Amino acid sequence: MNVRVLLNSRLMAIVAVAGIAAVLPAFFPSAYYYRVAALVFVFALAAIGLNLLMGFAGQVSLGHAGFIGIGAYAVAVGPTHFGLPPWLSFVAGAALSAIVAFLVGRPILRLKGHYLAVATLGFGVLLSIVFTNEAKLTGGPDGMSVPHLVLFGWAARGSETWYWISAVSFMIGAALALNLLDSPAGRALRAIHDSEVAARMLGIDVARMKLTVFVISAVYASIAGSYLALFNGLITPEVSGFLRSIELVAMVVLGGMGSIMGSLVGSAILVVLPQALTFLHDYEHMALGLILMGVLIFLRGGVVPSVAAMFARRRP
Amino acid sequence: MTILSTERLSISFGGVRAVDAVSLEIDAGKVFSIIGPNGAGKTTLFNIISGIYVPEEGRVRLAGEDVTGLVPERLARCGLSRTFQNLQIFFRMTAIENVMVGRHRHETTGILADLLHLPSVGRQNERTRAAALAALDRVGLAADAERPAGSLAYGALKRLEIARALASEPKALLLDEPAAGCNPVETQELERVIRSIVKDGITVVLVEHDMRLVMNVSDRIHVLANGRTLAEGTAAEVRANPAVIEAYLGVQRSREAARAVG
Repeated sequence: MNVRVLLNSRLMAIVAVAGIAAVLPAFFPSAYYYRVAALVFVFALAAIGLNLLMGFAGQVSLGHAGFIGIGAYAVAVGPTHFGLPPWLSFVAGAALSAIVAFLVGRPILRLKGHYLAVATLGFGVLLSIVFTNEAKLTGGPDGMSVPHLVLFGWAARGSETWYWISAVSFMIGAALALNLLDSPAGRALRAIHDSEVAARMLGIDVARMKLTVFVISAVYASIAGSYLALFNGLITPEVSGFLRSIELVAMVVLGGMGSIMGSLVGSAILVVLPQALTFLHDYEHMALGLILMGVLIFLRGGVVPSVAAMFARRRP
Repeated sequence: MTILSTERLSISFGGVRAVDAVSLEIDAGKVFSIIGPNGAGKTTLFNIISGIYVPEEGRVRLAGEDVTGLVPERLARCGLSRTFQNLQIFFRMTAIENVMVGRHRHETTGILADLLHLPSVGRQNERTRAAALAALDRVGLAADAERPAGSLAYGALKRLEIARALASEPKALLLDEPAAGCNPVETQELERVIRSIVKDGITVVLVEHDMRLVMNVSDRIHVLANGRTLAEGTAAEVRANPAVIEAYLGVQRSREAARAVG
């Protein structure tokens, strides 16, 4: 397979995002814009993971912010209480998320639909309570400060730096996800979404596939959480709260279930829109809600799949 | 040589014996049909053989091995495949992607290789795609390979399921009412496909209501009524069996019954 075919087939969207990410800062009037854009990429990373689980394998999770919390608290607690270097805490957080996802996923992924939704919701709430109550370790509701990420003597600080880190990380995360979808495991996941019984009849170990993608999506969320904490320099239990989980689900659904680039669009909408609507003061949340409802009514299936379908119709 | 056999299989649902001591001996490379009035237990029997239900009594053997109670994914790896009476298509995928999923048990790359898209995955994908295209071609759907599965006509979806099952290279293939809802042309195409499958040495087990198809393609026919074996034999033997005629006429006076008798 030559390079051109490769680009056309799978990774073209990522090249486009790289181009946009490289040019975008030219239009940023202040560092604040770097900050918002960095947050878009960080949440998009978490949304990609959740999209693999929801949009492709068809398994809902209302507790994914729990894994964001594990990643976030790992880079705070590791250096503060255990003297671990931040990068090692980061890796440990991802590993811990994978282990927790494996242990929790085994029993609860047997549940389906609403039952799975409620079980994952419970898991998320549980972790959030742990972060709030283990005050000796986590600082309780007030949270705790997070030391800078230091690599080879260089400290990552400032919105601009984190913009580049999160943009590149998003692209790596998106590339891995797109790779997965164009592979035996990816096809198996998508098959599970439509018919578990047919998938099993073709030799797919459905339980194992679900667990695998749950673990992968947890690692995505954990890495996003670590970035969020390192970038903010402060972490509170809210990072892993129920609302955050709902926000992640909303990003996936808005951008488009089963669309990797949709996760970026969904994240952009939910991060940028509240900032853009602040001029409405008290009506901000109301406007946000109305816009979200409007998008889902008029762009059924999410922004990216709907727009893609419109273009496909125009060019028969 | 027997490829698939059951020994006094039984299962009950809410006190009703849905399948009652049914024994089958299915020869390799033949078409073995199971017929019977609605509710006779044909699909239930399929569901037991394919591991969806676990029988209360009895054994299932595949290629000499006891596979009773194995889960479907294990049975698939032993060389059993099936289609479904109510379609189980992967509607979010294209036709060829559906069939590529059928190659799953022959794919060897691990999850890490898949994530990194190592060269082995690229080669694997090409092999899978080629095999899937060949399977589509056998059921006459090669031209529709890149179409979304949801855009195919009903008869085509029936054949797509067969292609998907074939792609797994089974020893035995269970077809659950493949002609249901098909027009006469589609049914004829189906007959051609079944013949070509058997020619390749794959055993076909057919549950079907279309009696013309059953009589045309079957080497042996097993008749069920109320979960129990009523008769077994060649098409001519079954057609002449008084118990079979009575079961059909007694339960339903449909056109299919008339055809079965005629």
